[in-house]
This record gives sequence, structure tokens and C-alpha cells, in this order.
Amino acid sequence: MKPRATTHLLVDTLRVPEIAFSYGVREWEALVWQSRSAELMAQLYVALDKADVLAAAPAAARRHLTIAKTIADKHTAAIESELIALREALEPLGMPVVLLKGAAYCGLQHHASLGRLFNDIDIMVPKHALAAAEERLLWAGWLPSHTSAYDQRYYRNWMHEIPPLEHKHRATVLDVHHTILPPTSGIKPDPKDLFEASIPLSGNLSFFRVLGRADMVIHSACHLFFGEFHKGLRDLHDLHLLLSDFGAEEQFWRDLVARANALNLALPLLDALTQCNRLYHTQVPARVFADLGRLGTSPYPTFLRNWLFEHALRPVHTSAFGWTTWLAHRAVFVRSHWLRMPLPLLLYHLTYKVFFTK
Amino acid sequence: MLSETGLLIPCGPFCVRIRSRLPGLAKELRLLYRDFPVLGEDTFVDFEVQLRSPNLLRKFFRPQISLDCDGRIPFKPLPLTQAFPMLEWGLNWVISSHAHDHLAIHGAVVERNGQCLILAADPGSGKSTLCAALVHDGWRLLSDELTLVRLEDGLVQPIVRPISLKNQSIGVVRALGNEIVLGKVCHDTAKGSIAHVRPPLQSVLSMEQRALPTLLVFPRYRNGASLHSVPEGKAQALLEMTRHTFNFPVLAGAGFEALGRLIDQVRAYRIEYSSFDQVIPEIDRLWLNSP
Repeated sequence: MKPRATTHLLVDTLRVPEIAFSYGVREWEALVWQSRSAELMAQLYVALDKADVLAAAPAAARRHLTIAKTIADKHTAAIESELIALREALEPLGMPVVLLKGAAYCGLQHHASLGRLFNDIDIMVPKHALAAAEERLLWAGWLPSHTSAYDQRYYRNWMHEIPPLEHKHRATVLDVHHTILPPTSGIKPDPKDLFEASIPLSGNLSFFRVLGRADMVIHSACHLFFGEFHKGLRDLHDLHLLLSDFGAEEQFWRDLVARANALNLALPLLDALTQCNRLYHTQVPARVFADLGRLGTSPYPTFLRNWLFEHALRPVHTSAFGWTTWLAHRAVFVRSHWLRMPLPLLLYHLTYKVFFTK
Repeated sequence: MLSETGLLIPCGPFCVRIRSRLPGLAKELRLLYRDFPVLGEDTFVDFEVQLRSPNLLRKFFRPQISLDCDGRIPFKPLPLTQAFPMLEWGLNWVISSHAHDHLAIHGAVVERNGQCLILAADPGSGKSTLCAALVHDGWRLLSDELTLVRLEDGLVQPIVRPISLKNQSIGVVRALGNEIVLGKVCHDTAKGSIAHVRPPLQSVLSMEQRALPTLLVFPRYRNGASLHSVPEGKAQALLEMTRHTFNFPVLAGAGFEALGRLIDQVRAYRIEYSSFDQVIPEIDRLWLNSP
């Protein structure tokens, strides 16, 4: 017998951990599988622990959750020491270095970093300083991992980051950005604005900066809704935690709408807020939805958009997965490329990837 | 059953459900996992592993298979004929990348009287072959590929599964006797020809019994070599074992302490040999000469 489709088991439990008291072994199993495939297992541990539900879990489930939390704590410690190494490499250049996404949450010691896994570290430096930064990083052991001529050209001519670097001893991956979106996407926020609105961290990480609150949310939203949805639920969970925290101040929402308008990114932000609200019940003032709805209009019918995100934002696991989810993931994959590049470039890129890569 | 409800098998500290519609896979599983217990409906399933065609085209044209573990695909697809080795590699991957309450060491481990001998070596050193010979000689098989040492108490957790043999080893082990049951030989894999040995009934029956590590051997098979057996220093053994421990970077400090305790507990030797007749008596001698 195929297990019952338990599409929302994971998000429901993250939102209201107490409902897990009623779970039987089959639900706990599905919870472990889904949170593993969504990379949300340690966050799930944190939520269950806070609600004192962990003791009710079967020993096997508790074991997976506990291991996940231990690993996540090690990731956090590792990120902290990587940041110290980065500071040593980049400090002599005297330029601003902005931490993005997970590294930023970690630097801020925000609870969005609790239980989070870090696949790579994302930083942003001014474009004019890229070459110097790259050279310093090279000397510190960060070597290019994409060495084919095509990949180099792809990143350097078209993308918002240089090819990912990998540390020769520690194998940690570093993405160095010069702006938040691929210039080929047609939307070109001025990085100068982003640097100006950025905030310095405190303590021993005071060398680094993070994006302003509104920019941080908008960047995470763009990253998710312009990309693919492999870690969609996880990224949305990050956004939920950021919004629940920042959103306590009325001023934040006003800044957010104004900023999204100025950067021409109201639509991805609207998508992010809508999906956060749908899945995690994130509190968003009605006025914000109305304002963003006016600013960012989609060329596609609303029902199609809803269908797409609803299906693409499911855990990539058979217990929550059907052919419609598969179709939605394909559609999102195509969409992410479509949004990232104009058609001629897209055709060129796909032709190259299909026929000329080994 | 394999294609519908799936097959539940105990896999060391985990229980894995295998699902597949591939013809031939069930036959190989029936042969090599014959003595394994049938797990009940209420068992907690830790992982679901599926083997299937990566896409419609590859179902018919140069057929391939892909392994999926809870929505993640750890390897590139392989030709259909390599389904069984792929499943075994997949299970190794599942264990070594999730059993982080253990040290996951790339090594074979066998037991006698509640104590165990770990054979750790780089691929191609003859580790599995020696393990198969020791098991044939009466040692209990705990694992031929992955030694799991519990962080909690330093005991080795058995992962009884078929022993994987490569190339010439297949013939060497087959020659040990008729009681050795070998699965189908699978040619042209990334590691050459592969065949699996059915684990002995006695090892399967006692798959819950953990054992205390007391002897650590770094074996090296070299064609024509005369027996060379030397004790290995603690520091060198520790260094070498960090290289053989898959999850050492993941476990960080806790892993270093656990490995340190393991090294303190065992006597370590380095043995070079060219035949079972040399190495097995030597291992027996080292085993009995325990201080």
C-alpha cells in the first residue's frame, strides 16, 4: 500500500508542533522523510523541542531529529570560523563585504539560522573590487570550481556572481556576488543602493555588513521566486521567520513596499508573502498585499500562478509528491531560466549545455 | 511485493524500504538476503530507496536506472545491468551519510567472543576478500564495507549485508568452498566486475549483537609478497583512521574524541601478505596474544 499523500504534514507540524501529539508511527515516519528531503529537519527539531513534543516521538524519529540538530549546530560553528578566515583574507582591501542569506542570518544570530544547514556562503562585494577580492581569496585557498571556458564566460559575462569558489582544504563553497540578480534578467537594481542601505554587524564580525531589513527580505524572495524550488519550503521558512520578527514594527512594512517598488521587485515579493501566508500563516498586513498587488502585476492568470506555486512548494518526497508536483517542478525550472535570461541568450545557453557539455 | 509495498530490510542501525519494478532485482535480493528477518508492519522505516528508470527514454533505449533516496539522487544513473551493485552502493551511502551518532569508518569488521577485529584500508588493498576468508574461517561478519562505532559507548554496530567482491577476488573467494553462495557477476562497472557473497546464517541471526573493538589491522595484499607484520604506533594509527572515517569532518570534535578512544582501546598492526595461508594464521596469532 502506498502511503497516503500527506502534502502538508511538514508545514503543519512546523507551524503548530503540538499537533504531533496525535501522530502515529506512519506520520512520524513521513515527517522524518519529508523534513530530510526539504532540509528542514533541524528546524523541525527546534520547533518540536520548544513545544515539548519531542518526548512523544518514537525513539527512531527522535534519533534522526537529534542527529540533524547536532549536525546543524556544527554547521553554524563551521560558518563562524569560515567567516573569520574570510575576514582575514578580505580585510586588507578596505571595501565593504555584505553577507547574504544564511551567512547573514548567522552573523545576525537571527533565529532563522537556528538549525539551518549551510551549503555555501554567499557574499557581495562592489563590482570594481571583484578582481582584487578574487585574488586575495585565491591566495587564501579559495579556488575556482568551475574551470571550463564556457562556465567562466557564462558567470563572468552574464551572471550576478563570479564562478563559485571552493576551499582547497575545507571544501566549503563560496559564492561572490556583485549584485543580487543576474543582469540578464532585465531587472537591474543598483548595487550602490544596496550597499548604502546595508548595516554593519557587531562583535568580532563587525568587519561584515548585512543587507538592510527590507532588502534582505526582498533578496531572499527573489532568490526563491526567480530560481528553482528544490529548497523552496526551507527558503520560505527562513522568510517566515524574518518577517515574523521584522514585521513587528509598522515601519518595516512601509519600507518594504517602498523598496520593492524602487527596485522593481514587487511581484516576487508579493509571491513570497502570499506563499508564506498560505503555508506558514505569516502575519502580513492586508494593506501590504493590496499595495504590492497594484505595483507588481503578472502577465499570467492568477489561478495558473497559484497552481504552480502550490505544487512546486511541496516536499520533494513520494509521500507528498505526485505527477502534478513533478510537472510543477519542471515548469518552475523552465520559468527560472526564462526569468534569468532573454530568449536569444537562453537558446544559446541551452544549445550549448545540451550539445557541447560532456 | 518489491514493486508495490516495497521490501523492508534491516540495514545496520536503520530499517530501509526498497521499492523497484526492475526485473531481476527481486531474484538477486531473494538469493542474497534469504536469511533476513521479515520486518513487521509497525516497524519505523528510516529511509525509502527506489530504483527506477531516470526517464522514459532510458527505460527502452540503452536502459538505465537511477537510485532515489527520499527525493535525493546521490549518484548518476547506471546501465540497467548494474542495478544490484547500485542498490548496495546506495545503501552504503544511506548509512555512511546519516549514521552520525556513529563513527562511519571505511573498513571491514569481524567478531569472535564478543570482541572484534577491524580491517581498515584504501580500496584495492584486499580488505573485503580477507574479510570473506575470515568469515569463512568462522569469524562472525559484522560488515565488509562500513565499520560503525557508536559514539555513545565505542561498540561496533553490525551492518550485516552481502560482501562485495571485485575482479580476481571473486574467483579467489569462490575457491574457498562450495558453501560460499555468490550472486550474479556484474561486469563493466566503475569498479570492474562485481559479485556479492551471501552473509552466513549465523551472522544474520546475531545482527543485533554489538561488539567491542580490540584489534585493528591495516592489511595490504601484494602479489608475491612474503608476510610482513609490524605493530603500528597509536599516533600513526589515529592519523590513518581519520582518513578512513567518512563522517570525520561532520562529527568534528566529537569524532576526534571517539576515534581517540577507539585507538586507545585497540592494538594496531600493519600486515602485508600475498596469500590467506600467510595472513590468517598471523591474525589468529595476534588475536590470541592479547596482552
